[in-house]
Amino acid sequence: MYRLRLPIVDVARVAVFAALIAALGLVPGLNLFGPVPITLQTLGVMLAGAILGSWRAALAVGVFILLVAAGLPLLAGFRGGLGVFTGPSVGFLLGWLPGAALIGWIVERGGRSPGIGRLLVASLAGGLGVVYLVGIPLWALVGGLTLGQAALLTLGFVPGDVAKAVLTAFVARGTQRAYPDAVPAVHRERLRAGKEL
Amino acid sequence: MSGATGLAGIYVPGSSPLHRLPVGVKLLGLAVCCTVLVLLRSPWAMGAAALVTAGLYALSGVGAAAAWAQIRPVRWFAVALFAVQWVMAGLPTAAMLTSRLVLAVALAALVTLTTRTSAMLATLERGLRPARRLGVDPFRLSLLLSLTIRTVPVMAGLAVRVREAQRARGVEWSLRAFAVPLVVSALRHADALGEALSARGLDD
Repeated sequence: MYRLRLPIVDVARVAVFAALIAALGLVPGLNLFGPVPITLQTLGVMLAGAILGSWRAALAVGVFILLVAAGLPLLAGFRGGLGVFTGPSVGFLLGWLPGAALIGWIVERGGRSPGIGRLLVASLAGGLGVVYLVGIPLWALVGGLTLGQAALLTLGFVPGDVAKAVLTAFVARGTQRAYPDAVPAVHRERLRAGKEL
Repeated sequence: MSGATGLAGIYVPGSSPLHRLPVGVKLLGLAVCCTVLVLLRSPWAMGAAALVTAGLYALSGVGAAAAWAQIRPVRWFAVALFAVQWVMAGLPTAAMLTSRLVLAVALAALVTLTTRTSAMLATLERGLRPARRLGVDPFRLSLLLSLTIRTVPVMAGLAVRVREAQRARGVEWSLRAFAVPLVVSALRHADALGEALSARGLDD
């Protein structure tokens, strides 16, 4: 009766990844590049894409965003509530939805063993490209800035985001080697085999 | 603690008129306020809006500390915006745009501060009900949300344990040595959880 049924094993995976994204925002930030601590929350978002595949990753991010909107302080720095959605970073948060989906889409096309190059391209395209594509125009709109000005003000985040995209690729590769079922294509095959049994 | 969710929300308990308003009314009011903020053109009107916002905060009784905690995250954005606009468009425009940004955040935060997380979640879930027509099972959606809320503390605990193990191995500086075991453990947890749920007949 419901066409978009998610198998219960995937409900669990989506819930755990949404929770992992939240938990990575609660872990104290690491000071890698000087005084501004970088948080690993976006790492969680990009990993959801690489491991869950496109639409399950978007669902995990959507659940996370819904809980933030409901007033749980799950965003890095213990932020949450509706204030986030009228603030300057709203687009960078909403951009995670299509961003994680694109990462998943690219990784899904890598078959049973997506290579490090594909994972890297996926993380950069989804985690930076798509997120900035949504984030910068909304920041410009909220702040009454031109697109160029908003983009310029975003430049400071680029080094940290590139570092996290690279880290995502290596972590995804490491995880998928240790746990083959973490590859979207392998997981799909296993689910299909389970149904036929 | 915010009741049903089992996680501490941003909500500040109280019995002010704002606390007692239905969630839907507050959301509608917020939408109206934000629209008005966008339409305001004179610094005087913006000053009046700031006074109204301050008045609403006073009425809610959430306290200055709770209010500041909501606005604090946008302070650097506000400073950067003010500086850029001052140089490009002059002082009045810079002040207008920056106040608009801060007031919109403050008003939206006020809705969250005076609304129980569980009540807001219930309203948002109701808002998603039309998705049923697209083929989304509302029961699965509720299950997904409550499973996630329950799993957040589990994942936070897992992260702390992996950190400690990493320290013991002397690879504290390596983010990869932190994240790979964390994600693998998270997946193991997810797949065990999925099997437990399906063994209870939730997968028919």
